[in-house]
Amino acid sequence: MLFTENKPFDEVLESLGNDKNIFLLACNGCAETCETGGEKALSTLRTELKKAGRKVTDTCLVDFLCNKILVATRLARHMEQIQQSDSVLALTCGIGVQAVAKVVNKLVRPADNTISLGGLQGLWPSEERCEACGDCVLDYTGGLCPLTSCAKGLLNGPCGGAQDGKCEVDSEKDCGWLKIYERLEKLERLDNLKKFQKARDHSKMMPSADLRKTLFYDLER
Amino acid sequence: MKLIDRFKQGKCVLTCEAGPPKGIEIAQLIAELEPLRPKIDAFNVTDLQSSVLRVGSLAVCRILSEKGLEPVMQLTCRDRNRLALQSDVLNAAVLGIKNLLCLTGDHPKLGDHPQAMPVFDLDSVQLLSAVKNLTKGKDMAGNDLEGRPPEFCLGAVVNPGADPLEPQILKMEKKIQAGAEFFQTQAVYELKKFAGFMGRVKHFNVPVMAGIVLLKSPAMAKFMNANVAGIHVPDEIINELASVPKDKRVHKSLEIAARLIRELKGLCQGIHIMSLGWERHIPTVLEMAGL
Ligand code: SF4
Ligand code: SF4
Repeated sequence: MLFTENKPFDEVLESLGNDKNIFLLACNGCAETCETGGEKALSTLRTELKKAGRKVTDTCLVDFLCNKILVATRLARHMEQIQQSDSVLALTCGIGVQAVAKVVNKLVRPADNTISLGGLQGLWPSEERCEACGDCVLDYTGGLCPLTSCAKGLLNGPCGGAQDGKCEVDSEKDCGWLKIYERLEKLERLDNLKKFQKARDHSKMMPSADLRKTLFYDLER
Repeated sequence: MKLIDRFKQGKCVLTCEAGPPKGIEIAQLIAELEPLRPKIDAFNVTDLQSSVLRVGSLAVCRILSEKGLEPVMQLTCRDRNRLALQSDVLNAAVLGIKNLLCLTGDHPKLGDHPQAMPVFDLDSVQLLSAVKNLTKGKDMAGNDLEGRPPEFCLGAVVNPGADPLEPQILKMEKKIQAGAEFFQTQAVYELKKFAGFMGRVKHFNVPVMAGIVLLKSPAMAKFMNANVAGIHVPDEIINELASVPKDKRVHKSLEIAARLIRELKGLCQGIHIMSLGWERHIPTVLEMAGL
């Protein structure tokens, strides 16, 4: 199982910027068990967003947001609302957000922080990678993880080393930052890249003592 | 002297790269740099360039400054976490170093210790911001430094030949906001492209020094085209170098570099020469360029 915790609501609100119309998405898998996804967390977040003056265009609960085929099938009938929304906000782990970003042509933002992966890259592992940094920045990058897709885990944009779109350490591997750039350009969100990203807080990678005491954590470790 | 004061004087600022040796005998390096004293404003000492183990930047910078040669200390994010980086910044201040060039650094996989742990606790923008904060008397954790804070002129790099260019410019802007006061670029061979780049960044009002790499042979040019990001030596230049017999190559190479410098100096605020072991030829190049 993958462990997540809700991002503080203030942070979520700040990440939304001027976006008014939000499509809410929640994972009904691991995040449900952590109570950071599922029906309950979805309705709490919906209420909070409304209170903060944002419009929730629609919501959708999907069993495993890490499963792209499932996501595509479940979201098919919501595509119109998604396109009419300013962005998608997802209660799920880093893998879930990245998977949804591959399926929808909209900015997808995380409402949770991933703090432990239990040795898995999603319950339906595919090419998305998360290293459970505990402070998810996928809202800023448009749903591509800079920590796992950039060989140096850079947060403020590409180094000068990419050659023909490939990373300086591996000519077979795409430069993660050029992918992020292309994605944000497509979503017309290049302004995102002007935001200074402060240095990571590595202490957020440590699961809390409370979490380490839970049975789930023990079982999945 | 802080490099920024040289820019303020309005002259074309000249710097030259100094690569410390792999071993402790640095007399030769100093001997090669010494004759450049009258012409070169500052010597930019690399920090384990290309991720190859060598003498460090700090030690060489200190020796240069003892000899009255102005150093610029390069500082990369590759090998040190934020504690060690901030400490080395304080070390530099204590040792009298006034110019810092903050870079991401090459990945260790490209060097002679590919097994090493890549650190990158900070990126270049965060490093600039951390140093800027130290100059205001605060460390990254928000703690106060005791006494007088360190003072630095901060530099950064940008790659005008990168494709696409836009991400480089976005990052350049962030570097300026974080504290960068001047930029040096990757080697430039295409004037038109460089002029276009300068047009895009003019409104930042920050001095830019164009990079010059002396071409030792047509093979080196072709190698850089294939392997070094953002460098493109046009065919005309490669052919020009190849057109002369081998014993005239050095002269031709210097002629090409001098021509580039003559043309580039009107487009930007300074020239940064990376001579890669050809330090002894720099005076001739500068003379040919009329500097
Ligand atoms: S930024 Fe990357 S590593 Fe951090 S939680 Fe998000 S997906 Fe995972
Ligand atoms: S080339 Fe791209 S992916 Fe590779 S280290 Fe640089 S920014 Fe990261």
